[in-house]
Amino acid sequence: MSRHGAARARIEAVVLGASAGGVEALSVLLPALPADFALPVFVVLHLPRHRPSMLVDIFTHKCALPVREAEDKEAVAPGTIYFAPPDYHLLIDRGPQLALSMDEPVFFSRPSIDVLFASAADVYGAGLLGAVLTGANEDGAAGLEAVCEAGGTTLVQRPETALARGMPEAALRRCAPDAVLELPEMAALLKRLPSIDIQRRK
Amino acid sequence: MSSPPTPPPAFRAPAAGRGDFDIELQLLVEAIYLKYHYDFRGYAEASLKRRLKAAMARFNCRTLSQLQDKVLHEPAVFSEMLNFLTVQVSDLFRDPTYFRSLREKVVPLLRTYPSLKVWVPGCSSGEEVYSLAILLREEGLLERTLLYATDINLKALQAAQNGVYAIQRVPGFTDNHQQSGGRGSLSEHYSAAYDHIVFDKSLRQNIVFSDHSLATDSVFAEVHLVSCRNVMIYFNRELQDRALGLFRESLCRKGFLGLGAKESLRFSAHADAFADLVPADRLYQKRGDA
Repeated sequence: MSRHGAARARIEAVVLGASAGGVEALSVLLPALPADFALPVFVVLHLPRHRPSMLVDIFTHKCALPVREAEDKEAVAPGTIYFAPPDYHLLIDRGPQLALSMDEPVFFSRPSIDVLFASAADVYGAGLLGAVLTGANEDGAAGLEAVCEAGGTTLVQRPETALARGMPEAALRRCAPDAVLELPEMAALLKRLPSIDIQRRK
Repeated sequence: MSSPPTPPPAFRAPAAGRGDFDIELQLLVEAIYLKYHYDFRGYAEASLKRRLKAAMARFNCRTLSQLQDKVLHEPAVFSEMLNFLTVQVSDLFRDPTYFRSLREKVVPLLRTYPSLKVWVPGCSSGEEVYSLAILLREEGLLERTLLYATDINLKALQAAQNGVYAIQRVPGFTDNHQQSGGRGSLSEHYSAAYDHIVFDKSLRQNIVFSDHSLATDSVFAEVHLVSCRNVMIYFNRELQDRALGLFRESLCRKGFLGLGAKESLRFSAHADAFADLVPADRLYQKRGDA
């Protein structure tokens, strides 16, 4: 696949990373995905570490797709939204299957967006689409760079439209994404997957 | 090839598929196995890769092949690298509801045995085994229990045996202990000095700390409870099955198995050998006929 000009990418999986303001941002993106959406969607949203997550309950109500909290060694199913559980890193392993780890937090976060994105880039390569959304730290920047280096498609939420702009800005400093989008534009793009046309910027 | 280049290349084009890092990874774990008899061949790749990248940065290696060179020829490097590959830090009474369920659902059945054995595989620096020892003492069972705490990392085992933890961790430990249904105060079980705490010798006297590998060793005792949480997440499915096979063999009839909150027997070859006891807390009971 060409990294220059208009490229037609065949996307196989989506990774999303969000922190502060993430529930609101994901509430724009995830409910937009139609019931026949064929790709797995892996999400890291930074959470308080020692409380059970309510994300599955919150998003099951809003989404047409099944929403699950990731379990170790679970085979990746198409058309399913997986959230990283609190206090574990979520990784994608060959198979593809889900893998969890209790390794050190990254930027004080476990789960970490970088860990998810880098491992998914390793498995899906050019077939991965990664998006860094609102947040107040730097997690996700290195991960998005890994997606880019693997030939995947990269999106960043337009910082001015993010509830917290630190994370999108950090991602932009680290890598030139294929597109910088507001959430409604990103939702419109995601629901047309697996086929997308983006005017690649590099 | 449809249009052979001229002049012909000196060697075949590299095979598509696995990248250099994947090839080097396979060679490195093989080298470690041949030289040091530590077997990481059945470890889940995604986490292993991440840990090895951290080790590459630590030892200033640009490639895994460079790291392999150091690992083979500088045993001190291997010893330090083992920490990158194996150490993980847990909390005392991590996932308090697990320990609450142990107290409420498992302890009453354990009481019916005149003597007890408990195995904590992959005990790392000891948080899990001290949590169990404290729970058993509070339930009046510690005196008749022998706990085996095993790991492949001898440094971690030594740390576990020392039972020394940074004092900053105590508030978290105490919270967890309370939520787990702890009777009395956690402070009854340790003494504090300067910036650390030391768990009582009396907790340790029924714990045997020992070098044991779930990848290469076999069963060493019959036990009533195996508590192995967040250890097998680092294994691939084949190695998980090997480990679960050891637990199954080691457990007495109707013995108990506890796994991590996001681990499951569903994907295992041994799923049928166990019945759910407390599904939410991943507590299982070996079937009478298994």
